[in-house]
This record gives sequence, C-alpha cells and structure tokens, in this order.
Amino acid sequence: MTDQVLIPGATEVVGAARPSRGRGMAARIGWGVAGVTAVVVLWELYKFLGPADGVTVGGDGSAGSGVILLPRTHDRAMPHAWDMVARMFAPTSGGDTPPLILSVLQAAGTTLGLAALGWLIGVVVGALLGIAMQRWRLVEAGLLPWIVVSQIVPLIAFAPVVNALGTQIDRSGFPWPQWLSVALIASYLAFFPVAVGMLRGLDAPDALHLDLMRSGSAGWWQTLVHLRLPAAVPHLLPALRLAAASAVVGAVVAEVSIGLRGGIGRMLIQLAGQASSDPAAPWAPTFGTVVMGLVAALGVALIGVALHRFRRGEDTA
Amino acid sequence: MTTTTAVRARGLGKVFPSAGGEVIALTDVDLDIAAGEFVSLIGPSGCGKSTLLRLIADLDTATSGELTLAGKTARQARLDQDYGIAFQQAGLLPWRTVAANIALPLELHRWPRARREARVAELAALVGLTDFVGRYPDQLSGGMQQRVAIARALAASPRLLLMDEPFGALDEMTRERLQSELARIAAETEATVVFVTHSIPEAVFLSDRVVVMSPRPGRITEVIDTRPGRARDDLLRESPEYFSRVTAVREALHGAPLHRANER
Repeated sequence: MTDQVLIPGATEVVGAARPSRGRGMAARIGWGVAGVTAVVVLWELYKFLGPADGVTVGGDGSAGSGVILLPRTHDRAMPHAWDMVARMFAPTSGGDTPPLILSVLQAAGTTLGLAALGWLIGVVVGALLGIAMQRWRLVEAGLLPWIVVSQIVPLIAFAPVVNALGTQIDRSGFPWPQWLSVALIASYLAFFPVAVGMLRGLDAPDALHLDLMRSGSAGWWQTLVHLRLPAAVPHLLPALRLAAASAVVGAVVAEVSIGLRGGIGRMLIQLAGQASSDPAAPWAPTFGTVVMGLVAALGVALIGVALHRFRRGEDTA
Repeated sequence: MTTTTAVRARGLGKVFPSAGGEVIALTDVDLDIAAGEFVSLIGPSGCGKSTLLRLIADLDTATSGELTLAGKTARQARLDQDYGIAFQQAGLLPWRTVAANIALPLELHRWPRARREARVAELAALVGLTDFVGRYPDQLSGGMQQRVAIARALAASPRLLLMDEPFGALDEMTRERLQSELARIAAETEATVVFVTHSIPEAVFLSDRVVVMSPRPGRITEVIDTRPGRARDDLLRESPEYFSRVTAVREALHGAPLHRANER
C-alpha cells in the first residue's frame, strides 16, 4: 500500500531511539536473571536454615494434622535446585528411556498446541462477540452479563461436562477427539478478555473521526475496517496477552480434569504422585508450564510488533 | 433554484433536547451561497455557526426549515461525497501515513489504486507536503497536520469545502501562512467554501462575504460584503480597505447584544 513509502528523514527518529532501547533491553534481561537467581537463593537459604520437619501447631502427631507455620525442608519436600536440574537430564522413568527434559518438552509442545488452538478459537469467538455487541447495543445489554457470568463457573467442574458432551457427539457419528475438548475448554477462558477488550476498543474512536467517516459517507463495514478495528488494536493487545495466559492455564487444567494423555497436565499429576520416591521429578513439568507461558507471551508480543503501526497514537512526536 | 447556488437555506432551525428543556441552537436561518463563493460564519461561542456547518455537512439533522446543496438534500450531497470537510483538530488517523490519510476519502469511494496514488501526489504538492507523504502524523507539526487535513478534504475534488475553525489551534505565524495558502487553493480549485471562525481578520482576509451570527438563540444578524478589489496576498492585510472591513465586521459583531457565551 501507499503506507509503505519510506522517507530517509524518518529513519532519524528511529535511529535516535535505538541506543537507549538497546540499553533498556539489556537492563530488562539483567533484572529477569536477577529475579530468578533471587528465587533460587531464597529457596536454598530457607532449606539450609529452616527445620527439617517444619513447624506445626495443634497437630496430634499424625501426618497432615495441625496448621503448618513453616514448611518442611528435608529433601523429599524441598529438593535442591541443582537436583531439580540434574533430574531433568536423567532418564524419564529409569533404564534407557529418554531424558526427562525431552519428555517434558514434548508434552509441553502438545499442550501448547492445544492452548494455541483454544486461544485461536477464543480470539475469533471473542472478536465476533465484541463486534456484535458494538454493532447492536441490544446484544450488548443482553449478552455482556452472561459473558461475565460465564467466567465464574469453575473450570474444574465445567471440563468433564464438555468432555461428556464431546463423547456423546463422537458416539453419534461425528468424530470428536478428546483433545478437541481440551482446546474448547481453553478457548472458554480465552474468549472473555478478547470480547471485553474488543468492545472497549471498537468504542475507542473519537467523535471527530466518526464524523469524518460519516462525512465520507462510509457505511458500517467501512467504518469498522478503516477506523474501529485499527483504533481497537491498543485495547486488543493486552486482551490477547491475557487470553494467551488463560488458554495455557485452561489447557493444563482441562488435561488434568479430563485425563488426556500426552500433555503436560497429565505428566504433572503423574510425577507429583511419585514425588515421595522421586521428589525432583515433578519440578520438570512445573518449569515446563512456565516456559509454555513465556512462549505464549512471546507469541503475543510478536503480534504486537507486527501491529506496531496501529499503536502509534500511544507515542507522541 | 439555479445550479449556481451552492448552499440554500430557508427558515433553517435546530433544537437540541437537553435535561433542562430544549436548547435552540439555530433559528430561522436564510442563506444563499453562490457557487465559487468564499463565505465565513463568525460569531461568539454558542451562536450556532458550527451547528450550521454540521447541518450543511449532514452530521446533524435540522429540526425545521429547508436546506439544499446545489439542488440536492444535505443527505444526498453527503452520500455523493459532494463536499470535503476539515475540523479544528486535524483528526488524522495516527496509524496512517500522510499519503494514506489524504487517500482516505478516495478509498471510501473505492477509487482504483493507480488513480488514487496520482491524486494523492497532486494534493501533497498542492499543500506543500510532497517530502512528507511517508511520515506519520505524530512526526508532523500542528500546521503540517492541518495541511494534511485540508488536502484530505480536497481529495475527491469537491465543489464545496466545509471548514470548522481549521486554523483555530495554530500559532499566529502558521495561521497567516495557511490562510494565504487556503486563499490560493480556493481560487485554484474554484470550490465554494463555508468557513467557520472566531477571528475577524481571518474572516475578512479570506471571505467574499462574512455572515455575522449571534447567540441565544443562534441566528444570522448581518451579512457583510468583504470581497477585496485586489489579490489576497500579504499586502491586502495592510491595506486601508482591509482595515475598514475589519472594523465593519467588528461593529456588526458588537452591535449585536453581548451575552455570556453558552456551551455550543
């Protein structure tokens, strides 16, 4: 389009901003590393100083009774950070099985794929709902309360229902694999911020810009494409980020709840069950979910970079 | 009704409903603007000058009276993109370059791309922004943004140009320069211009006629002929003829009973 015309002068602005931006990036990475290090140091420090059996009050001596004031620090409760790392590179389940980290990455990849699918469904549904609510105020009045209510339903109760419905559909002849239920449940969490962010974003344009579109005899569709959607981008990006985080959480919880094999949720439950004999193992999939969250956030950040043009209003000359 | 009448208003009125009853923004406006004429609407806040412009642009609908633009209803004229409009705020879309902002009305009317690009180049040259077509609005000064807005208003070569205090937010130097440019552009394009302003010198410098309005209720109190007998250049600003017309408009404005300005 004509928008891509480049002017030599325009690069000055970008060039001037670059050194400080580079320094900002280095500082950010530095703070990130410092944060992780601090957590490891705190963990090891408490493990070193804290009582091995913790401090419990009001218990009758049997396991699980009383109120824990200080958690236990022995190796089964709190493995060393380096043991967690070492465990990742040991075989998954003894013998010559592949290293745990590979199994974790594989499982994380599977779950991330389902989360991404759920995110996509959620974004499409949320965006359409947002557009419909902006177009017809009656739809907003009728739908928005239900959209808010939908998020109060606890996911752990809701997941088996979706699964049961899926199974019934599958039996009636329309193939419905179990992973589709997981993606659907992830989308159930993801659509909410998108619908609300979309509605707010579409209502963001100034009266002046709306007058301008009207004076050019632009119809609803042209106003949507040329004005409302571009103006919605700054509101939509945080919504997409929230949706990505929700989709990851939704996918993991749905896997656990439904019992889908191959994903990281199932792996987490399985390894946690064996924690008394292999205490460092469940930490590997735990870190795996953290990495999934980071990858999801990175994906949305890339979308933000691609849509940078539409965020120009945010920075001033 | 002849085709040489660009804007024709008869008994035009606008009433806004409000919490404390109705507000009469405009009442009983009779006005004929000939094709190619430059007419300024001037008056204190609340005199209905912007309301009158918005009625002509069909951004609001009159509650009484008749309004035709070259024989068409205001609505039909808007749908046919018969006019271009510029506001006090440039109102550029921040995610579009200068070129793409100028091209917006053309895109809305689905001009083919090649024709659009040729027209944008022409317009950028007309307002002196050829070197800046790839910039974004946040990289431009206020005066440059306003020039883009004027180029955008002129994009589809409208026969009628509506301007609502387009230079109101600019400093005096930029303002005078853009006034001279607008005078040149109006002469070159032979478009009819309806120009809303607060500034007496601006109205007198640019206009063939100045329509003086008064608030409560908004109405036309006087129409003063200010067509200069010479070219609109910087020398005009210093001519006795110009000063006498500034005085005439000022007296017409102050002759109307002065009220405290209300909100519109």
